[in-house]
Amino acid sequence: MKEMVRVQGIKKVFDDTVVIPGLDLIINDGEFLTLLGPSGCGKTTLLRMIAGLETPTEGTIYLDGKDMTKLPPYKRDVNMVFQNYALFPHMDVEENIRFGLKMKQVPKDEQDVRVEKLLKLTHLEKFRHRFPSEMSGGQQQRVAIARALVNNPKVLLLDEPLGALDYQLRKKLQIELKNLQRQLGITFIFVTHDQEEALTMSDRIVVMNEGEIEQDDTPGNLYHKPQTRFVAKFIGETNFLEQEDGSTNVMRPEKLNLCPEGFHGQDHPKPKLFGTITDVIFYGTIDKVFVKLDDSEQKVVAYQYFDDIKKWQAGERVGIWWYPQDEVMVHK
Amino acid sequence: MKNGKLMVLPTVAWLSLFFVIPMLIVVAVSFASRTAYGQVVFNFTFANYARITESLYLSIFAQTFIVAVITTLFTIVMAYPLAYYIASLPKKWQQPGLILVMVPFWINFLIRSYAWVIILRTQGVLNTILMKLGLITIPMQFLYNDMAVLLGMIYSLLPFMVLPVYVSIEQLDRRLLEAASDLGASPFTAFRKVTLPLTMPGVAAGTILVFISSLGMFIVPDVMGGAKSALIGNVIQNQFLSARDWPFGSALSIVLAVMSLVLIILYYKAIQGQKGGKSQNA
Repeated sequence: MKEMVRVQGIKKVFDDTVVIPGLDLIINDGEFLTLLGPSGCGKTTLLRMIAGLETPTEGTIYLDGKDMTKLPPYKRDVNMVFQNYALFPHMDVEENIRFGLKMKQVPKDEQDVRVEKLLKLTHLEKFRHRFPSEMSGGQQQRVAIARALVNNPKVLLLDEPLGALDYQLRKKLQIELKNLQRQLGITFIFVTHDQEEALTMSDRIVVMNEGEIEQDDTPGNLYHKPQTRFVAKFIGETNFLEQEDGSTNVMRPEKLNLCPEGFHGQDHPKPKLFGTITDVIFYGTIDKVFVKLDDSEQKVVAYQYFDDIKKWQAGERVGIWWYPQDEVMVHK
Repeated sequence: MKNGKLMVLPTVAWLSLFFVIPMLIVVAVSFASRTAYGQVVFNFTFANYARITESLYLSIFAQTFIVAVITTLFTIVMAYPLAYYIASLPKKWQQPGLILVMVPFWINFLIRSYAWVIILRTQGVLNTILMKLGLITIPMQFLYNDMAVLLGMIYSLLPFMVLPVYVSIEQLDRRLLEAASDLGASPFTAFRKVTLPLTMPGVAAGTILVFISSLGMFIVPDVMGGAKSALIGNVIQNQFLSARDWPFGSALSIVLAVMSLVLIILYYKAIQGQKGGKSQNA
C-alpha cells in the first residue's frame, strides 16, 4: 500500500495547554481513515494541522512523500469539508464549487467540465443557482463536499461533516459518502465523535484520547478486540468484569449468555457468574437484560433476542456463561 | 385588535408632534414669501424653489456634493484598515479600541473644531513646530481653504464609518477565510473575494451615514473654511439666522432633506443586502 500522509512526532501546544503530546500516524492512499474520540481529544486539531490551518509545535507532516509542515493551507494538495460547511454566503452553489478551480487558475473549459461533474455526483444540478441560505442542511453539506472534491485533492479532510444533521439524514449521507469515497478512490480523513458513524464508514479507525492514540485498528478489531478500557467503553456497550490479577475482561453484552441458575446444559461452558435479573428493557430488535451479580453491586447487561424461546423476567435467578475465546483481557 | 391600535397612539402622537408637524411647517414656509423685515407671508409661491436653480446655489449644492463624496471616500479608505485592525485585536482589546474611536464624541463638536483652528492657524501649533524645525521660514496657510474643510469633515465623520465597518468585519465568519485558504486563496485573494464583498454592507451603511451628515454640515466650514468655502449647510444657516429669509432657507432644507431621503432608501437596501449576505450555519 502506498503511503499518502505521514504524521511524525507531532506535538501541539495551545498557550499552556498540551493538546497533542506526541503523535505518529501513517495514512495510506485510498484509505477511509477515521479519527474517533470524545470532544477535546485533539482529533480536530490533528486534522487542522494536516490542512495547514494550525501549525504543529513540533514534528513533521508529509503528504505523498513531501514535507509540507511549513506550507500554508492554500499551497497544500488537501481540501477540507468544514464542520458547519463554511460555504460562501455571497456565492451561489456553482460559484462556491468553482472557487477552488478559479484560485488554481484552471482553464475555463476545464472548470465547467469539473463543476458539472461534481454537481452531478452530488445531485445538485437543480440547485446550481441557489444560495447557501436557500438550502437545507443536507444540501449545504453536499455543496461543501463538492466544493472540496472538485479540486481533485490527494486527501479529503472531513471535520464532523454530518454532526449538524438529523439522524435519518445522517444515516443516508454516511452511505453516500462511503460510496463516493469508493468510487473516487481518494483518501478520506474523517473526524467524528460518533462511534457508530466511525464503525459503519471507515476502513481504519484511530481512537484518540487526550491527544494520544488509544488504538489504531479496523472497525471489527476495535469492536471485538479493544485493547484498552477506554476503547471498550467508548465503542459499543461493554461489561467490565474485573479479574483478580488486576486486568479486566471486557465482554460485549451479545457474548454473555444466560441460563437458569440450577440447570445448565452440557453443550456449553459452565456459568462463571450468578445473579438476579433486575430489569428487562425493550430496545426494538433486542431486549436488554440487566443482572445484578451476587456478592457485588455490579450490574451486567446481556441481550435477549426476539426469537429466543426463553423470555427472562425481572427477579429470576440466572447463571452467566460465555465461550473462553470471547474473553477480551485489557490491562489499562 | 382595537386595543392593539390604541397601543400605537403614543408613538403616532410623539412622531406627529416632534417630526411630522415641524416638517410640515418647514414645507409650508418653503412656499411662503417674506416681507422686507423678514416676516413670513403665506402666499403659496414656487419662487423659493425657482431661486435654488440660480447658478450660485446650484454651484453651492454641487460643491457640497463634491465635498461629501470626497469626505466619504477618505473616510472609507481610512476607516476600513482601522476597523479591520480593531476587529483583529484580541477580544479584550476590541472594546477599548472602539471606545478610543468614540472618545472625541464626548467633547463638544464646536470645541473640537476650534481645537483644529489652534493647531492649524498661522501662529498655531503645526506652523510653530515646522518653523522651529527650520522646515519653513514663513507660516503656511493651513486654515480657511477647502483642504481645511475636508480635513475637518473627515476628522469629525470618521467614527461614523469606523463603527458600521467594524461591526461587519467583526461579524464575518472566520471559518470562511479558512475555507478560502483551504481552497487555494492567498490571504490577499481571500480578502478580496470573501472579506471585502461580505463587509460591503458595513461600508454601505457607513457611506450613507457619512455622506448624509456631510451634506448638512455647517460648523466645520464655518469655523475652518472661513467665508470662502460655503456649503449648503452654511447657506441654510445664514438664511435663518442672518438673512432672515425663512422661506428660502426652508426651501433649501427641503431640497436637502429630499436628497437625504433618497440616500436613506439606499441605506435600507444596503441593510437588506446585509441580511441576505449573512452566513448560514445549520
